[in-house]
Amino acid sequence: MIQGISIYEILTLSTIIFFIGVYGFLTRKNLITMLLSIELILNASAINFVVINKYLFPENLQGVYFSIFIIAVAAAESALAVAIIINLYKLITSVEVEDTEIMKY
Amino acid sequence: MDFTYTILIPLIPLAVFLLLGFNYGKIKPAISGWIGSLGLFASFILSYYTAYKYFFEVGKVDGVYQTFVHKWRWMSFTDTLHIDMGVMIDQISVMMLIVVSTISFMVHLYSRGYMKGDTGYTKFFSFLSLFTFSMMGLVLAANLFQIYIFWELVGVSSFLLIGYYYTKPSAVSAAKKAFIVTRFADLGFLIGILIIGYYGGTFDFVELTNPEGNVIANWASTSFMGLSVITWGLMLIFMGGAGKSAMFPLHIWLPDAMEGPTPVSALIHAATMVVAGVFLVARLFPMYFFVEDGYALNLVAWVGAFSSLFAAIIALTQNDIKRVLAYSTMSQIGYMMLALGVSGYDGHDGLGYMASMFHLFTHAMFKGLLFLAAGAIIHAVHSNYLKDMGGLRKFMPITHITFLIAALSISGFPGFAGFFSKDEILVAAFEHNKLIYFIGVFVAGLTAFYMFRLYFGIFWGKDTKYEHAPHEAPKSMTIPLMFLAFMSIASGYIHFSEYVTADKQSFEAHLNYPLAAIAVGVGLVGIILAFVFYKKPTNLPDKVSNTFGSLYKWTYNKFYIDELYLFVTKDIIFKRISAPFAWFDRHIVDGTMNLIGNSTVATSKGIKGLQSGKVQDYAFAFIAGVVILAMIFIYNWII
Amino acid sequence: MERIIFYILALIMIVFAIKTVSSRKMLRSVIYLLFVLIGISGIYFLIDYTFLAAIQLAVYAGGVIVLIIFSVLMVHHIELRLDVTSIKDRILAGIISLAGISVTLFAIYTYKFNPVENYNAIDVDEIGKGLLSYKEGGFILPFEVISVLLVAVMIGAIIIAKGKRLEQ
Repeated sequence: MIQGISIYEILTLSTIIFFIGVYGFLTRKNLITMLLSIELILNASAINFVVINKYLFPENLQGVYFSIFIIAVAAAESALAVAIIINLYKLITSVEVEDTEIMKY
Repeated sequence: MDFTYTILIPLIPLAVFLLLGFNYGKIKPAISGWIGSLGLFASFILSYYTAYKYFFEVGKVDGVYQTFVHKWRWMSFTDTLHIDMGVMIDQISVMMLIVVSTISFMVHLYSRGYMKGDTGYTKFFSFLSLFTFSMMGLVLAANLFQIYIFWELVGVSSFLLIGYYYTKPSAVSAAKKAFIVTRFADLGFLIGILIIGYYGGTFDFVELTNPEGNVIANWASTSFMGLSVITWGLMLIFMGGAGKSAMFPLHIWLPDAMEGPTPVSALIHAATMVVAGVFLVARLFPMYFFVEDGYALNLVAWVGAFSSLFAAIIALTQNDIKRVLAYSTMSQIGYMMLALGVSGYDGHDGLGYMASMFHLFTHAMFKGLLFLAAGAIIHAVHSNYLKDMGGLRKFMPITHITFLIAALSISGFPGFAGFFSKDEILVAAFEHNKLIYFIGVFVAGLTAFYMFRLYFGIFWGKDTKYEHAPHEAPKSMTIPLMFLAFMSIASGYIHFSEYVTADKQSFEAHLNYPLAAIAVGVGLVGIILAFVFYKKPTNLPDKVSNTFGSLYKWTYNKFYIDELYLFVTKDIIFKRISAPFAWFDRHIVDGTMNLIGNSTVATSKGIKGLQSGKVQDYAFAFIAGVVILAMIFIYNWII
Repeated sequence: MERIIFYILALIMIVFAIKTVSSRKMLRSVIYLLFVLIGISGIYFLIDYTFLAAIQLAVYAGGVIVLIIFSVLMVHHIELRLDVTSIKDRILAGIISLAGISVTLFAIYTYKFNPVENYNAIDVDEIGKGLLSYKEGGFILPFEVISVLLVAVMIGAIIIAKGKRLEQ
């Protein structure tokens, strides 16, 4: 653990980053910037896992494992998301999210 | 004695109906005529056999005629109130079986000749069998509910048969009129049944009409507006009977029902269906007599007397021979109701009851004959109207003689059946109420007059030139005429008082010579007047009708009763009462439904914007939901 | 001493995170995200989980960011100014975020954590053994699943990115 920092402060930090990511997801109009907000969300949750593992259960390493998996999954998902965005760009020549509203009523 | 086999008597015509109905296109017309007649012949034989067994062998025990009932439970409301189905054999049901099967069999034989060449021949015979089944079921019914079921079936059969010539608009509307008027009367009938079933606790005829039974003993237990509820029930049941029997004011359907083929008029509207009302009152006669000292019975007597007079007056001026016969039927049924109304119960006091049933029997014979003969005449002349007829005695001898026999019978000429039955009615009336007696005598005179007006007008009168000479009816039509003519004379000699009585014991009935003489005298006056007016073409009838002026016009137009009903229903009920209700129904009730529907559609149009297709909106809803639900449920921060 | 470093890192992370979601130029958002990720890896270093910090830097900062930069280059004019959503949407999103933050912070601060004082570091071979052990507490199954997932993603990405020409 970090000398002098309690667990509360780190959890506060991760919460703030999580909700900044949420705000960004709801606010942005470009598909790629929405992807960036998702990355923020995922990273904030990874911090949570690691910190709780370190401060409360130092013998196990399960938080670390979970974080490794989260990182792996997030990377894979970004790759796929980029592939889809590129394909969509080839189709409609735009990466604005309002051009993808075909599934409405 | 096991009379269960009598269930076959109505079931054979039912089987014929189903057979002919399902094979409508496939049977040749002549075959269906034979099938129908054979089925009826079987019922005819069975009815006579039953009558022989009942009246002469097993019916009478210790001088009292027994009632044999075979029934099984159909529906139970409570332990005591239940509806059964079954057959009930007693004096009047056996008598009615004979009447119905005889007339129906004769009509079947007659129709084979009359309806020849008609396209719906098979249909006609199947409907005739349906009617016969319904009527026989009605007379064999063991309780009020069962009789109501068959009552309605009879109404349906009548509707089908009156509207047989369905391409004629007048026939269709006549059928509708008959059905609706009788249906309206049956409303009263049903309410009466329910009242009696509820307050009497039973529907069964044997229990209801038992003079020492529960119902009659406790008639005073509940009252409503000054009269016992049982009396109200009986009066409402009589309303149903009055509708079916064409008593005033529910008589308007009977003249129009003449639009049907003439055999139908003979079977239904002369001999069988229209006497169903009389049969009903006779069936419930102990109740009518004992409850409230015969209050309802008084109503029956006066309605009968008035209808009888009313119809006889109208019959004087009609020109369509079938309409004259229709009003004559109404008048004679008035006699039957009148006779029931003035009757007592014990022994000789029950003369009215006996006379009514006797007259029912004889009337069926001679009125059936009159209608069938009229059918033969219409068949020959191709017109219903008196003005197109005259001097037919030279062309149609058999019809002439049989018609004359029937006319003499109905006028009460001594020696013929009508004389005996009408005389008993007048004796019963004389002993009870002198005013009703005078009405009866006057009507007897009118009856003789208009009957012989018809006779002279058709067979004597002017020598009309016919385009093609009318020919006598074929054998299939004249044989029934001859049989019925025989019965019109012979049935008068049956000692009815030995067989059909109110208290189920026989008594001796004697001919009352002074009253008989008065009745015969009045009848002869009528015949002579008709002779003078109509035998040779004169202008006496026109002079008399001109002197009576407006009274003649009123009589000719049937006292404008139809127009009055039309005014009441159309102008008052339809415009004032139904139209606001219809407005209410269309705008408010339907409007509410439409409002609910339209608001649902509008709501859905408003809500469907939630499916915007934008993933950010969905994510927003997701996150907002999580946060709000977390607030409410985890931390109980109810916003 | 570590406290000060932590606070500086936290400040950097928050500032750059806000700039990521509010910047109007695409490439700048990506670069600000890069800084946030490096900050996170810094925190991992501070709590002595060095292996994880290395992975974070290698995979995220090196892999994902590069991938996104390439996609940005492929689909966009870099100097194009992005549009912003309407004020109403932004206010709504802001309210929800603030509400979420308050609920979560309330949850955190009202809970009694019992921290255990320690200075353990990660042994890499312990991680390796744990990932591959099929005894109690082993993570062999998720490990295999992740590898299958990565294969699927690779194949899927190739197919999707290739587009229509695959049919010929």
